Amino acid sequence: MPYADPVEQLKGRIREVVLGDGEGAVTVGGAAALPFCAFDGELPHRPVIAMEVFDAAPAGWPAALTEALGDVMGDPAAWAKACVEQYGADMVCVQLASTDPNGANASPDDAAATVRSVVDAVSVPVVVYGCGNADKDGEVLKKVAEALSGVRLALGPATEDNYKAITAAALGYGHVVIAETPIDVNMAKQLNILITQMGLDADRIIIDPSTGSVGYGIEYGYTVMERLRLAALVQNDDMTQMPMICNLGKEAWRTKEARAPQDEEPAWGDAHKRGILWEATTAITLALGGADVLIMRHPAAIATVRKAIDGLLSQ
Amino acid sequence: MALTGLDIFKQMPKTNCGDCGVPTCLAFAMKLAQGGAELEQCPHVSEEARAVLGEAATPPMRGVTVGMGENAFTVGEETVLFRHDKTFVNPCAIGASVDSGAGDAELDAMAAAAKAAAFERVQQHLACGFVAVRSTADAARFALAAARVGEASGLPLVLVSEDPEHMTAALDAVGTAHPLICAATADNADAMIALAQKHSCPLVIRAAGLAAVSELTEKAAAAGLKDLIIDSSPATSGVALRDQVFARRAALKGKFAALGYPVIAFPGELAKGDEMLEAVFAAVGVAKYASIIVLSGPEAWRMLPLLVLRQNIYTDPQRPMQAESKVYEIGAPGSDSPFFITTNFSLTYFIVSSEIEASKISARLGVVDSEGLSVLTAWAAGKFVPERIAKFVRDSGVAEVLSHRNVIIPGAVAQISGELDEELDGWNVVVGPYEAADIPAFMKARAG
Repeated sequence: MPYADPVEQLKGRIREVVLGDGEGAVTVGGAAALPFCAFDGELPHRPVIAMEVFDAAPAGWPAALTEALGDVMGDPAAWAKACVEQYGADMVCVQLASTDPNGANASPDDAAATVRSVVDAVSVPVVVYGCGNADKDGEVLKKVAEALSGVRLALGPATEDNYKAITAAALGYGHVVIAETPIDVNMAKQLNILITQMGLDADRIIIDPSTGSVGYGIEYGYTVMERLRLAALVQNDDMTQMPMICNLGKEAWRTKEARAPQDEEPAWGDAHKRGILWEATTAITLALGGADVLIMRHPAAIATVRKAIDGLLSQ
Repeated sequence: MALTGLDIFKQMPKTNCGDCGVPTCLAFAMKLAQGGAELEQCPHVSEEARAVLGEAATPPMRGVTVGMGENAFTVGEETVLFRHDKTFVNPCAIGASVDSGAGDAELDAMAAAAKAAAFERVQQHLACGFVAVRSTADAARFALAAARVGEASGLPLVLVSEDPEHMTAALDAVGTAHPLICAATADNADAMIALAQKHSCPLVIRAAGLAAVSELTEKAAAAGLKDLIIDSSPATSGVALRDQVFARRAALKGKFAALGYPVIAFPGELAKGDEMLEAVFAAVGVAKYASIIVLSGPEAWRMLPLLVLRQNIYTDPQRPMQAESKVYEIGAPGSDSPFFITTNFSLTYFIVSSEIEASKISARLGVVDSEGLSVLTAWAAGKFVPERIAKFVRDSGVAEVLSHRNVIIPGAVAQISGELDEELDGWNVVVGPYEAADIPAFMKARAG
């Protein structure tokens, strides 16, 4: 029996979601095949990288990060410019970490001003992540949505506790919602259903399936993403057919393996390369799981993952 | 279509003679159905049954062992495309290569680094799996280099040369160590197949593309070789991924026996000297169906993330990884340092311990055996209840090293604090944060 390529055509297709406005707009999603399986079906948009910008200078980052990013770390607009002009980021992700009520507790107005400064500094789409406190994120993202009306930000994370506030803001001011659920296929579907029931079009939702990094539960996120993508493409399940986003930079760089200097862990080898690789291997694994947007931190990890995506799409 | 255990059982002699190594014909049939046995193991099966069962009963993907002794590895025998369908079976082997033309000192250093690339994690030993030696000088040097790094590293060998003379020399030196011969091609197939037969060694079949590979594996199989590994010589990482997906689909879903073998990957050749990119391509292979991954070097900075990723991908998705149940010291805790309690779900342990570490305050973390469940699930299932926690605390002997009697429990199980207080005589139960992320703030507040 001669060999024939076992191509598999699938029924479903991921929705296309447009982020940003005007000439800088970027479309994500659209896949009619599993990640990088262009031999099975059309993959109109490659996975993109949204590079992180923090609203205040982060403390306690390892040398691999601070040495690479340097002076821009205290200035969100300058940082965002560097992301795009120096490091070729497809998008910028503003992390509003300082709005955390258990931290600096920056106000919604401060957050909106920060996002405004980033949007003004770059022409690429902007993703905005709150601090993870459901109530505060609801207030903050409402203010951000209002202040940046019509520029089609992606706002998140909208969870079962605050999706109403964030969805209403996205509806009112023309943005996209990032729907986050804790590593669970059915909960992801359920939140999408709740958000669409509020009147937001399904092509204005991105799924954040939650993820860990390599060594810290990535297999759970990876598998839930594979199952979501198979539900979308094989079973043609409407409420799983949203693109996916993974907020992985923070997960990779909180691990001991990415952070520990070589003198603390001599058996783990070169700390710079190890940290960069921790983020890059996390990112590519999630891209293989189905991530359409990868939120990343280190310029060298970003450059490597971009090259890897180029390579994987060369078939 | 795959046969069920009962379908196969109907064709069995039903004598329960045990000659196959399994006590009953039914149990043997069940093993056959799961791909865990081969029909040839039954000496009494009828010709008629053989014809019916032959193809259906052969495992769709061959298991291949490389090396000898405790460091030998087996790859293949995979049964699914996605890990949520069924646990992946044999973790891919990740190793590194060295050129035979390198000096002795370089060979020794490489062998030592490969041997040193070993880590303990979640009660598993993760290590560099093999050393690949590429022939870049003459045949005699290839044999010497292979023997030298094999001896020094104690790891299985992959012998990389397409020249039968070089391979002959190397196999004469190290053939008894059951190395992997890499590779047979259309040009040297007869000689390489003969060498694999002579030394009873596994053989890589290399050709451009899966159609050409399957022609060559059929040739090798016709010559009686079973332990084959395939290499479709992909020109890009995208083609490598495509071939790995197609080979696995063809073998498992199409029962295409000519591709029912593990795949070897050389990510360095696709990354063209970029060692970070090479490692990322290797990660692609870990997730998507490479069974042997040859890196250009064995350094810990690249081995660690890839081996940990492999551990993650190859775990049983139904049965969570468990941390060892004991009291862990984080930092350099003294007698007055805080004492936390959590469950032994590995992820719970990792998250809680990394948050304690992030606080920069030394502490002890008691990990209670909760059968791998996270805090809330374990509590609901009765595996993280006052009685069990109290027994753990008493048996751990932690009281002897503490000057205080405060035990901090996860905020998610605040409701058990009263009952635990009663169970643990002389202890004071403190309710910690609900979210692990709030542990540093909690510790700083307590430290004043």
